[in-house]
Amino acid sequence: MRAVKLFGLILLLIGFILFNATFFLARYKLTPEVIESKISEGPSRDLFFQTSTEMQGQTFATSFSFVTELRKNFEAINQEQISNYGITQEEVFDLVARSGKQFTLASVDSLYLGGDEASEFKKKAWKDYGGWLEGREFLSPEELQTQLEGVVNNINQYAIINQVGFDRYQVKDLTYSITKASAIGPVASNPLLFLFLTIGLFIIGALTYILPKLNLLPGIKNNGIFFNAMKNTGWLGILTGTWLIVFYIILYFYPEYMTNWVIVVDPVSRVLNGNEAGRFFLYGFIYTLCILVMGVRMIIHYRHSKYQILRTYSVMFFQTAFAFLIPEILIRLNKPYFDFKNIWPLDYSFFFDSRINELVSHGTLGLFMLGWGVALIIIGVPVLVYFFGKRWYCSWVCGCGGLAETLGDPYRQLSNKTIKAWKVERWMVHGVLVFAIVMTAGVIYTYWTDASWFLFFDSYKLREVYGAFIGAGFAGVVGTGFYPLMGNRVWCRFGCPLAAYLGIVQRFKSRFRITTNGGQCISCGNCSTYCEMGIDVRWYAQRGQNIVRSSCVGCGICSSVCPRGVLNLEVKEESGRFGKPILIGNNHIKISE
Amino acid sequence: MKHIVIIGNGISGTTAARNIRKRSNHTITIISSETDHFYSRTALMYIYMGHMKYEHTKPYEDGFWKKNKIDLVRDHVTDVHPKTKSLTLQSGRSIEYDILIIASGSKSNKFGWPGQDLEGVQGLYSYQDLERMEQTTKGISQAVIVGGGLIGIEMAEMLLSRKISVTLLVREKEFWNNVLPLQEANMISRHIRSHHVSLKLESELKEIQADEKDSVKAVVTKAGETIPCQFVGLTVGVSPNIEFLKDSGIEVKRGVIVNEFLETNIQDVYALGDCVERNYELPGRKNIEQVWYTSRMMGEVLAQTICGNKTKYEPGPWFNSAKFFDIEYQTYGNVANVLGSSETDFYWEHKSGMKSMHLVWDKNSNQFLGINSFGIRLRHECFDQWLRENRSITYVLKHLAEANFDPEFFPRYESEIMASFAIKFPHAELNPRLA
Repeated sequence: MRAVKLFGLILLLIGFILFNATFFLARYKLTPEVIESKISEGPSRDLFFQTSTEMQGQTFATSFSFVTELRKNFEAINQEQISNYGITQEEVFDLVARSGKQFTLASVDSLYLGGDEASEFKKKAWKDYGGWLEGREFLSPEELQTQLEGVVNNINQYAIINQVGFDRYQVKDLTYSITKASAIGPVASNPLLFLFLTIGLFIIGALTYILPKLNLLPGIKNNGIFFNAMKNTGWLGILTGTWLIVFYIILYFYPEYMTNWVIVVDPVSRVLNGNEAGRFFLYGFIYTLCILVMGVRMIIHYRHSKYQILRTYSVMFFQTAFAFLIPEILIRLNKPYFDFKNIWPLDYSFFFDSRINELVSHGTLGLFMLGWGVALIIIGVPVLVYFFGKRWYCSWVCGCGGLAETLGDPYRQLSNKTIKAWKVERWMVHGVLVFAIVMTAGVIYTYWTDASWFLFFDSYKLREVYGAFIGAGFAGVVGTGFYPLMGNRVWCRFGCPLAAYLGIVQRFKSRFRITTNGGQCISCGNCSTYCEMGIDVRWYAQRGQNIVRSSCVGCGICSSVCPRGVLNLEVKEESGRFGKPILIGNNHIKISE
Repeated sequence: MKHIVIIGNGISGTTAARNIRKRSNHTITIISSETDHFYSRTALMYIYMGHMKYEHTKPYEDGFWKKNKIDLVRDHVTDVHPKTKSLTLQSGRSIEYDILIIASGSKSNKFGWPGQDLEGVQGLYSYQDLERMEQTTKGISQAVIVGGGLIGIEMAEMLLSRKISVTLLVREKEFWNNVLPLQEANMISRHIRSHHVSLKLESELKEIQADEKDSVKAVVTKAGETIPCQFVGLTVGVSPNIEFLKDSGIEVKRGVIVNEFLETNIQDVYALGDCVERNYELPGRKNIEQVWYTSRMMGEVLAQTICGNKTKYEPGPWFNSAKFFDIEYQTYGNVANVLGSSETDFYWEHKSGMKSMHLVWDKNSNQFLGINSFGIRLRHECFDQWLRENRSITYVLKHLAEANFDPEFFPRYESEIMASFAIKFPHAELNPRLA
């Protein structure tokens, strides 16, 4: 059994090392074919061709040097376009001289008489960006000059780059897609082989390591957890956490460097949706595999508990079918990407104009999806939480919860149980909920009115800040990267706005509670230690009080690890849910605290 | 406002302190030489096994005591002077009290075996015992445990978690047969063996042999068998820890003698928990009860008395629980290892050998007397009520499903139990399906 486990561990490590090696295992060469396939036909492409001639001949040893060079090209093009199309200080003086104190667009027309492309562009830019000054009278020519300089600033900064150069979104996308297409080397020419050598070996190794656990008798087997460098924030845990954090930062903020990883899963993507893989396909693929493989571990680990087995099957199913396969199949059928179990505000972009427009443009199916999403928010959440508690979502359906309950299970004991942590949690998670609501209100306001300014903020800016700090930073980098450091539910506990919403319903209107068994508690502390949400379960159990906490995701592990059969997840009538603490045993004494 | 001094920070002393604080403004001081803060003794095994760290076993955060104005003193009481109402501590310090509560707990039994004080021989009761065990079991491969009780099996589980092979010497016919009826004792014995413990039944310790460094080398049984080992766990019960009271004038026998108000023979001196010996009988209960629950209940009662509401210690129906490796055990009421003359019983065991239920009732009145349940969780509240209401065996069986406390989706066994009962007791007046 030890030999088998060791063999599994070695395979897993080889897979992991090769996966990391794959990151560097490519050279990069920019070819005309790549440029033609990634930049659509037009003056921009021509410009890019001209600017990048020097680069096209070269082979780059790393993605870092290639990306740096690529960025220089975009920068050079933008600079050149600014010098071609930029409005000069002389032109401003000229305009002021022509206008005096009153500005008219006619004076612009009279300035640019060349009829060449640059003159036409400038005339149009003045109209777009300076049209609001038409006919205005100023106290002095200096004042007019100040206003005009402001307009020029906008034109040079935005209009030129947006219209005849490459704006930052295009630069980001093109850097990624051109880098991916330019990769040459063993991975690019043999992705399937590398899929097997990296992810494939990793999975085989992991399962080989996990399956011998079947030899242990069923029951709670938490031996050695707090001596383990991986599970007790030892060197291995810190290393794993660091790796995960770096992975997420690259995934969300620097995807252009990880294109070789994406290439590895191209074949899978082509089978599923017909297209080459994007970085989020890679992410979804690995994510699903983690839940499946570690789900097997979870089932073996808790195979004496039918509750844990069913719950694990459930998260494995919802991740594989709802989060991974169905959306990919929808894309293959030319339907909008849609995860039927994702709910706003966890799915914070649900009301973004781009997504609503996409759904609306897909007719009945799109409208159904829109209606389904809204129904989950206003009917699904309250009704199901009332009958089952928030666990129906958080530990049976949700993808984040699914990962936490499988990949994250070995780290559940690392959550902080202090009263202070509870205080921070309440402020933080409800703060994010408010943030999500305000951000979404801005989005909807902008959708209806076309005005970007809502109350006291720019709704575009706000959704960008939310996406970067909450969507990517908190949910991804911190949420998973901190598993080995602060436990497996950091995001769910401190950051998830949907968990906050489900929690409010659970706390105030639900039939769910954890009951304690008379006077049987011995205060051993297993329940609190293994509560991933950091609830001090023992505090309630030892005084015989029902546990009714908004954060409880109903994973049931407290009940599983209890050596005396004290805790049970129950759904009963609402009355008596907030009963006074009762410890059975003494005659004549009613302990009410 | 009085100064209440409590000797011992275990469950009984701590419960008394907390409940006194809730009801009064008395000054409260808890003295312990074991640990700075209250921790759960029952969780010692989990620290050794790596399920938890010491800090996880503390039921209250360290700031709790200051916030509740309960002073903690880390020292050892060497003498009690009831005449001057003062205590002498090991540090030389002296503390005066208005009310003294003795909650000094137990110590492990040793029965004068040759070699019982060798390096590597110990019981498991205190935090210091755990630290010693951590030291002496480092790198060893064989251990012998003497005594088939709850601490013995916990120790076996602990040692196995460190890949140390275990031989368990049990005096009785089956494991814990001095408490459990033969059927359950046999089931647990089988389960112990399935964990690869070498279980030697009807086997007693004769002597412990030393190597040249005065460490344990082997044990010899009364049957003459020599078992090599580097560690010996002595888990043959515990007895009250009352040595420091011998010259105090406080009456002691095996434990500190108390009446139903937990008063000792000296005014303003009370005792509770493991260290207490009751001077009055409670039906079906021993006069010394070394159980977490009784200690806690005594703490609740004494706090009432001290805060002006003089209350007798009158525990309700007996209950207890434990876990034997993977099998949980709960008991309610009285199920003795040997049936009383007017008692009759019904035993059901699941084919897995991991679950069983044993019900006992009075054969004349059919009154339900008690239940042992293994591998099936039962609701304390139900059995507490049924025992108080003197319900019949028929009633209990009929309502057995209500008392199930297993998690959702767990298989249920009530109908199997009933069917099996109906075969054994076909007559209508007992059979819940016919009654």
